[in-house]
Amino acid sequence: MIEGLDLALVNWSRAQFALTAMYHWIFVPLTLGLGIIIAIMETLYVKTGNTEWKRITKFWMTMFGINFAIGVATGIILEFEFGTNWSNYSWFVGDIFGAPLAIEGILAFFMESTFIAVMFFGWNKVSKGFHLTSTWLTAIGANISALWILVANGWMQKPVGMVFNPETARMEMTSFWEVLFSPMAVNKFLHTTSSAFVLAAIFVIGVSAWFILKGRDIVFARKSIVVSSIFGFLAIIYTIFTGDSSARDIATDQPMKFAAFEGLYNGSEGAGLVALGFMSTSETDPSNENLKDFAMKIEIPNILSYMAFMDWDAFVPGINDLVRGNEKYGIMSATEKINRGKLAIEKLKAYKEAKKSGQTVQADSLKTEIMSPDFQKNYFSYFGYGYIANTDDIVPSVPLSFYSFHIMVVLGLYFVFFFLMALYYTIKGKIHKKRAFLRVAIWTIPLAYLASQAGWIVAEVGRQPWVIQDLMPTMAAVTKISAGAVQVTFWLFAIIFTTLLIAEIKIMMRQIKIGPKSEGGAN
Amino acid sequence: MFESLSLLSLQQYWWLIVSLLGALFVFLMFVQGGETLFFNIAKNEEEKSLLVNTLGRKWEFTFTTLVTFGGAFFASFPLFYSTSFGGAYWVWFAILISFVIQAVSYEFRKKPANFLGAKTYEIFLLLNGVLGPLLVGTAVGTFFNGAMFSLDDMKHVTWGTPFRGLEAVLIFHNLALGLAVLFLSRILGLLYFMNSIDNAAIYERSKKHLLYNTVPFLVFFLYFVIALLFKDGFAYQSETGVISVEAYKYLHNLLAIPLNTIMLLVGVVAVLWGIGSTLLKGGTKGIWFAGAGTVLTVWALLILAAFNHTSFYPSIFEMQSSLTIENASSSKFTLVAMSYVSLFVPFVLGYIWYAWKSINNKKISTEELKHEHHVY
Ligand code: HDD
Ligand code: HEM
Ligand code: HEM
Repeated sequence: MIEGLDLALVNWSRAQFALTAMYHWIFVPLTLGLGIIIAIMETLYVKTGNTEWKRITKFWMTMFGINFAIGVATGIILEFEFGTNWSNYSWFVGDIFGAPLAIEGILAFFMESTFIAVMFFGWNKVSKGFHLTSTWLTAIGANISALWILVANGWMQKPVGMVFNPETARMEMTSFWEVLFSPMAVNKFLHTTSSAFVLAAIFVIGVSAWFILKGRDIVFARKSIVVSSIFGFLAIIYTIFTGDSSARDIATDQPMKFAAFEGLYNGSEGAGLVALGFMSTSETDPSNENLKDFAMKIEIPNILSYMAFMDWDAFVPGINDLVRGNEKYGIMSATEKINRGKLAIEKLKAYKEAKKSGQTVQADSLKTEIMSPDFQKNYFSYFGYGYIANTDDIVPSVPLSFYSFHIMVVLGLYFVFFFLMALYYTIKGKIHKKRAFLRVAIWTIPLAYLASQAGWIVAEVGRQPWVIQDLMPTMAAVTKISAGAVQVTFWLFAIIFTTLLIAEIKIMMRQIKIGPKSEGGAN
Repeated sequence: MFESLSLLSLQQYWWLIVSLLGALFVFLMFVQGGETLFFNIAKNEEEKSLLVNTLGRKWEFTFTTLVTFGGAFFASFPLFYSTSFGGAYWVWFAILISFVIQAVSYEFRKKPANFLGAKTYEIFLLLNGVLGPLLVGTAVGTFFNGAMFSLDDMKHVTWGTPFRGLEAVLIFHNLALGLAVLFLSRILGLLYFMNSIDNAAIYERSKKHLLYNTVPFLVFFLYFVIALLFKDGFAYQSETGVISVEAYKYLHNLLAIPLNTIMLLVGVVAVLWGIGSTLLKGGTKGIWFAGAGTVLTVWALLILAAFNHTSFYPSIFEMQSSLTIENASSSKFTLVAMSYVSLFVPFVLGYIWYAWKSINNKKISTEELKHEHHVY
């Protein structure tokens, strides 16, 4: 199936997906969070009748519009990339994966794009109530779209609710609700959206801080900070809470990812948590460059066992245990998994042969065997391992996973204090005097983006080499095309998106400089 | 309720939905058509502003319909998604990139410090306006004329040429459809301007250009339809799935599905009526006839491409790899689940209609733009 595989092709395809997804993710979290913040502000306007709130709403709405346009521009590429660059993947899982993408379009994108028109163009045309409803529906539509795409992603991390059908050579859905309510998907949705709220809140606070530093629009800025620091504080608490549950899901469902981002090479009972560490640049295992150990680390004993399994002394498998297997704790070795995967592939081939040569009885009996729950569980669930040549290939990049994860977590904890301080200073009415804090607030904006991108790197790099956990390695998912073609599109996107990003940032900065317009007239 | 339908009925139901989305998309490409006309219709900045803002309030719908069309196609006929997108790589990326540069252009064009300058964004819109309809039309042409792919046991696609889909333009029949769609989208754009802008000069100029665009549209469209009636098609046998060439396939389909043929005729007449009545009698209602007619015509053509045992994506590289609604679809389970989701569609159309009406009740004019908060 992947004979004559072109490594350059796989890597360029991965690079292209990573590039476009990361660009999309620059804009999406702001849309998700700012939408809600605007809706809250407009609600305050409608409730109090205070036109200052209307002015505030309109200013942030302008920011929203600029960001939204480019979010949409980057999103469309991602959707079609599943077909263009991961076509083998698209057939293999399309029966399950296509549904959320379609539902996203029907239920979420239309909601967003319909009501965004009312939100922008309806101020003088529809009633206050209808306008407010539209603003909320725009924000809700955006978050529903996040739901469906994250359900799709959650399913890639932990495939559920399906069976493999040898006749069509693909996974087929058997339970829609299992796919939708998979804990992996639910946690992912909650963690991702709440993290987006955090990012947007930080954006609003940071920009408002700039106004205060310039001594302009103080009332506007303070009101904006109050709303977003309360909102941001609630969101960060929730983000940490759901991030923690995500990690627990991963400890059971993707133990290799867990070991990688914790930097755990050798598993143990009562495993300690590496709070801070630096990966060594010298190689610990010459056969695999991924296996670098720590040069320096601060470790807190037993914490990791507790965090992963709610038991201070639980065994947490390390990378080596997962590769070599560990009989004592019933961990299957990669070699065994590879053998089982190969057997599953053999069976599939035998079925195809039988079918081709017209041996219907044998084909039917093979099909029944392949689709039996026993075979699916004990053999098919290792299908992807059949393509793995070398047991070390199942290890993702440990340094990238480890650093990204720790950057995210450390910043997450910092954001808690940040929101508390912002809230405290504004309520005490002395935020305009805290110039150092205001400067920090501006610099916190890029940190929010950093945390957010780091989170996706943990999620996506950590699951390598799998595109569908245990079932399909990334290299088997790729469209057969010349690596040169993908290289061309990679650079095209790099240039187009970077140009548009520069334009976006310049436009935003200018709009911020221009500041909120005065709200002349009645209402 | 959907569980009791046969797999074939579900496949047909989903083909109807996907092709309806495609038909709506072609109608909504009046936005793209309009984007090619700024330099013809507007004589000064103020007029250009009117045109841009009129379209700017609608581009999202066209875009979202494209996205939803893609998603629905993926969910219901994933094999098409993996074969065509993975195979005809360059065509699809050319189409997509033209939509990427469009998406930012309305919002960024007039904003201060926009880095590239207003002119560049106008060129982006022009590119989208020309390439979008032209390439989409040409790509749809391959539904009738076939494409250069083959599929292996595991349904992995191999493409027969290094041009990855661009070779479709070499078949004139494909290109004729592309050009017909391009001129149609310009016609719809003009009718839309006439309908929604309160400005006599723009109205008159649009009317003049309406005539200029109708002539080439008719030439290419009639060529496409007449050639279609005489051409061979790819039929499949339901039990075995074996594909074979059948002479006059599409003519046979027209005779076999009379309801669809009537829809096609009504559609074409409505388009011509919308154009003709506007040219002869003036008025602003042309867009409604031409728009509804476009939807019916395209819908009927796409049904013609797939129903009555026709391969909707034939391979002219390895015939037995051709895609049909029966061999390219999702499993019954998924089609049923998605069918429940499709019940939301009327509701979605309902709120879109309601929201449009509530902000579109006044014609757009320079006076109105002055009072707007959000201007492109
Ligand atoms: C402002 C952004 C932000 C912040 C402060 C945090 N996260 Fe996060 N995290 C994300 C933004 C994010 C994200 C971008 O939303 C990710 C990427 C994929 C996903 O599901 O959410 C993510 C992923 C992600 C994953 C991987 C999920 C997967 O692989 O499926 C884990 C285990 C955590 N997070 C855990 C945490 C913990 C314990 C935090 C405690 C402070 C934390 N995150 C703060
Ligand atoms: C928008 C947020 C996202 C970001 C920033 C992101 C980031 C990344 C990165 C960095 C990679 C490259 C990993 C590697 O090759 O080492 C990747 C790969 C990929 N991601 Fe994501 N991802 C995001 C969301 C998603 C979602 C929601 C899905 C699916 C629904 C998805 C599907 C994929 C696929 C198919 C690949 C390519 C195959 C692979 O490398 O495994 N991504 N992504
Ligand atoms: C790799 C997987 C992804 C694909 C295929 C994808 C696809 C798309 C598409 C096609 C659009 C344009 C929609 C329109 O026409 O309005 C879009 C926009 C959007 N997407 Fe994604 N997306 C992906 C990842 C994500 C993730 C991870 C999230 C959220 C958690 C997200 C949330 C949104 C939102 C809120 C929008 C609205 C526009 C904006 O970004 O400002 N997307 N996406």
